[in-house]
Amino acid sequence: MAAITSSVPIAEAPARRKTFPFLLIALLLPMAIINFVAFVLPVIRLGMISFIESRSGGVLTNNYTLENYVDFFTDSFSFELVSNSLILGFGVTLITLCCAYPIALFLHRVSPKWRNMLFVITVSPLLVSSVVRTYGWMVILGDQGVINGILMSSGVIDSPLRLTNNTLGVFVGMVEVLIPYMALSLIAGFGRLENVYEEAAASLGANSWTRFRRVILPLTAPGIALGCLLCFVLSISSFITPKLLGGGRVFLLATEIYDQAVIQLEWPTAAAISVIVLIIFGLALAVYSRVVKRFD
Amino acid sequence: MIGQLTLPFRLLVACIYLFLLAPILIVLPLSFSNDSYITFPPESWGLRWYAAMFSHAGFAQALWISLIIAVTVTILGLAAGVPAAFAIRRRQFIGREFLLNLFTAPLLLPSIVLGLAILLVFVQARLLGTYTGLIIAHLIITTPYVIRIMLTAFSTLPPSVEDAATMLGASPFTVVRRITLPLMMPGFIASAALSFLLSFDEVVISLFITGPRLRTLPVEIFDYVESQTDPMTAAVSVVLVGATLLIIFLIERTLGLSKTIGK
Repeated sequence: MAAITSSVPIAEAPARRKTFPFLLIALLLPMAIINFVAFVLPVIRLGMISFIESRSGGVLTNNYTLENYVDFFTDSFSFELVSNSLILGFGVTLITLCCAYPIALFLHRVSPKWRNMLFVITVSPLLVSSVVRTYGWMVILGDQGVINGILMSSGVIDSPLRLTNNTLGVFVGMVEVLIPYMALSLIAGFGRLENVYEEAAASLGANSWTRFRRVILPLTAPGIALGCLLCFVLSISSFITPKLLGGGRVFLLATEIYDQAVIQLEWPTAAAISVIVLIIFGLALAVYSRVVKRFD
Repeated sequence: MIGQLTLPFRLLVACIYLFLLAPILIVLPLSFSNDSYITFPPESWGLRWYAAMFSHAGFAQALWISLIIAVTVTILGLAAGVPAAFAIRRRQFIGREFLLNLFTAPLLLPSIVLGLAILLVFVQARLLGTYTGLIIAHLIITTPYVIRIMLTAFSTLPPSVEDAATMLGASPFTVVRRITLPLMMPGFIASAALSFLLSFDEVVISLFITGPRLRTLPVEIFDYVESQTDPMTAAVSVVLVGATLLIIFLIERTLGLSKTIGK
């Protein structure tokens, strides 16, 4: 995922190499077919179906209409979906940043021997399925889980605290799932931070808070922006963690797409919500590129 | 100085790491619980849920299906992605940049939207709940990574090296066998390992297009977690994490992981 925004090495190919067109086509054709069947065609169809008149039970009509979008924007429930998703997106991104920044700073300061090992530990959760990690949180936060077990057996509380099947549980799970992505983006940005800058600032009389605010923070800002974009986008579109830790009581755009498509079989509605998610994505990207321009 | 390695800062970082690893670490002890439901600490210990897992028909079948799909996706993804990356990296043609962006664009689409989009096409093509459908859908997730990794791999192999070998009298076959393939190997292995893991772990898109008779392991686990609260999922998780660690360990031993990723 971190690959999304990193630039791809596309050097100039040597012009002297003569290419037979049919060889070139043979090299590119398999990939082009996969891309067309599973990406281009589905995205076009998604856009089209979002304008198709909705009939229950997965029946698609041939009538094109704006009804799905009108319904979405006039329904107060959709407003709730959008605001829930945005609150989750911004909130989770902010908390994830606060958790991942110390890790990145620590990795920057620690000796290289420790750095490699801790780097592997930081990204290793990415190799574990998000279903498994979310299940782990259900074990920790559940009514008979680790936290409630400890609190109840020690007599602090009489009845279990409600830590899952609500927004709190979704927040905890999402932050944990996204920390590695944020940490990776931040670490990439910390390369610009050198100790001499801080020493220079210190010798000019800056106290530690000023040095953090005026030297460390600005130098690592591009990494922060990238990490925030990534986490916001991933938390808006995440589905597994909200579904399992929200227990069907947390309503988000992503969970609504799944419910409408797979349970209600209201494909046009699901398609229209998907298009709205893509528009939010586009806005996030636009904000990101404006922010990044200001750094240069 | 903020961020100096003082004791409070070390403690803070240790707490964050504990938080990050907690859900993975907690399933290990839980998997050895003999209780009928999730309690922590377990009231009795044993291997009951490991035994239950292996005799659970759904998991065993889903594991087999996932393995078949992941292996097929890995092979086909390399077969399609490597030539495409080669053409984009080494040949000059109109629309090179456009094709690269198109081939890596699926990475940008949220998987919930991509899953729905694929569902809408596959339902017409009658590909829902088939191996063909699942394999095509997984290929669109893995091939962007294959192309990116192979582009990096091809850039570490300048054409001049091959030209030099040819000039010294090596036949084209020898050049491929002695120069190109050995230098490409880390890229191949990284692409193959990543494709396998991505396909094997893929859950969101699979949820949209699996059928009642053809379910992958992550989908089976997802449904099980959603409906049951017993420690069997912990046993399954431990086996999955163990298998992932084994794959990583084997790659690290044979190649060195950092070398494979292309740093």
